[in-house]
Amino acid sequence: MKSRIASVAFNTFREAVRDRVLYNLIAFALLLSGAAILVGQISIDIERLVVVNLGLTAVSLFGVVIAIFIGIGLVSKEIEKRTLYTVLSRPVRRWEFVVGKFFGLTGTLVVNTFFMAIGVFLALLYVAHKFEAMDAWVLVALYFIVLQFLIVCALALFFSSFSTPLMSAVFTFALFMIGSLSEDLRGFASITRGIGGWLATAVAYLVPNFSALNVINRVAHGDAVPGRLILYNSIYALLYSAMAISGAVLIFQRRNLK
Amino acid sequence: MAAIEILGLEKSYLTGFWRKSTKQALRPLHLTIEKGEVFGFLGPNGAGKTTTLKLLMGLVFPTAGSARILDMNLHDPRVKAHIGFLPEQPYFYDYLTAQELLEYYGQLSGVPAKERSTRVEQMLARVGLQNAARTQLRKFSKGMLQRVGLAQAILHEPELVFLDEPMSGLDPMGRREVRDLIQQLRQEGKTVFFSTHILSDAEALCDRVAVIHQGELRGVGKVAELTSQVQGKVEISFYGRSAPAALLSLGAQARVSGDMVNAILPEEQQETALDVLRREHIRLISLTPLRSSLEEYYIQKLQPVESKGAGA
Repeated sequence: MKSRIASVAFNTFREAVRDRVLYNLIAFALLLSGAAILVGQISIDIERLVVVNLGLTAVSLFGVVIAIFIGIGLVSKEIEKRTLYTVLSRPVRRWEFVVGKFFGLTGTLVVNTFFMAIGVFLALLYVAHKFEAMDAWVLVALYFIVLQFLIVCALALFFSSFSTPLMSAVFTFALFMIGSLSEDLRGFASITRGIGGWLATAVAYLVPNFSALNVINRVAHGDAVPGRLILYNSIYALLYSAMAISGAVLIFQRRNLK
Repeated sequence: MAAIEILGLEKSYLTGFWRKSTKQALRPLHLTIEKGEVFGFLGPNGAGKTTTLKLLMGLVFPTAGSARILDMNLHDPRVKAHIGFLPEQPYFYDYLTAQELLEYYGQLSGVPAKERSTRVEQMLARVGLQNAARTQLRKFSKGMLQRVGLAQAILHEPELVFLDEPMSGLDPMGRREVRDLIQQLRQEGKTVFFSTHILSDAEALCDRVAVIHQGELRGVGKVAELTSQVQGKVEISFYGRSAPAALLSLGAQARVSGDMVNAILPEEQQETALDVLRREHIRLISLTPLRSSLEEYYIQKLQPVESKGAGA
């Protein structure tokens, strides 16, 4: 079982690499080095703030775009191109295929984020000429970004298990946007009464809480991230992804591959 | 012993915007394929051949009925380790090389790591792709893809091989190679279930055939028996530019091609016809009893059910 999941995951990773997905690193490197040089010349004392903010936001956006656009095709492309037929006619269970695909894409994103993180730290070194203790919190922000990717990948996979690629992209992106504003949504729910209040509360707790996973601004200011938040966010992201993946498996398990 | 027992397998799809109308892709199908057989599943496009294969592969789920493969339930996960499948017009991961693709499928099929690369090399050689092992599949021709498809279907040495239109789109040489491969599988004692609408392939390869049309099984029979049924007529070929009047008076239907005449007449007139040829000093080329061809059987089975004669 493990070896089959690992084989599917590795093949998914290999596909992403050969489809030149990691070429986005070049765009990222250009953006970050350009920003670092510019910031180093024009700003006084806020270089670190700008580089961390810009760098981590770019890591997040690049990753989310990759997660959505590859995630929505993970299953549907295999069905459409019928590559799935020769996979599922082997001793591979459908859930193993879905989980393998998920790990393959998240693995791709982790590798992508690793190289981007190196870029962020190099840019930091360029503008500040040295590392400080508070830079360690940037690693926590990067970890939270990876947790975001887990949820986005799982959602994209979930939607692609029953919807068209275009609709899956729309749904996933919409959930990402709403989830990024989930703190505001919870605030709105708390001041709203009646059915509207119930509805807002339900939506606020149903959509993924990406607000809690976004500590970019905090670490850019050199503030610490509480250990409890790291624990809660880890559990939350794992449970949310597991739920979305389970949903995808349940749907895919019953799907006729016409 | 049966390799495949299809027990009333049936498939219908809900169609339309409100999914209220039903399209029956396969009517209840009962069919048994014995171990070691090469079995041809014949039918025109859209007859239900691919639906049957997809049902047996677990790619679509039956509306009713079940099947047993190698004495295991259709949905038993162990079944897949013993079967190989080549889909119709296969499409593979085109960013992989042929070698990488087979290695991947070998992993998924549970081929031990130690044996895998040797097995992959052997399979590539067997389908004549040893020189293209490290070429990405996006650079492969249709015939080469079909060969890779065959290699992946038999890579893990399955007992039972399902081939969906294995000769489709191949040139005569490619078809010949696929035929040879199926013959080899037969000699190795494997069971082969293949769908086709190319009757000459079925006639040359199959022990038995089934004809399916509009989702309904129309007949099953042994190829040897179907093609050995004498029609009660003989064909006489002889040199000449026209048929003697005495021969035509026996009820012969004659056809002239070049300096040769082919005449078909009732078997009981055979001796009289030969006497006519002797009398006229005409050189006989051949005399052949007319037998049914698989094509005739196939065409007969495709006729609407109402006008069709009884029998398999």
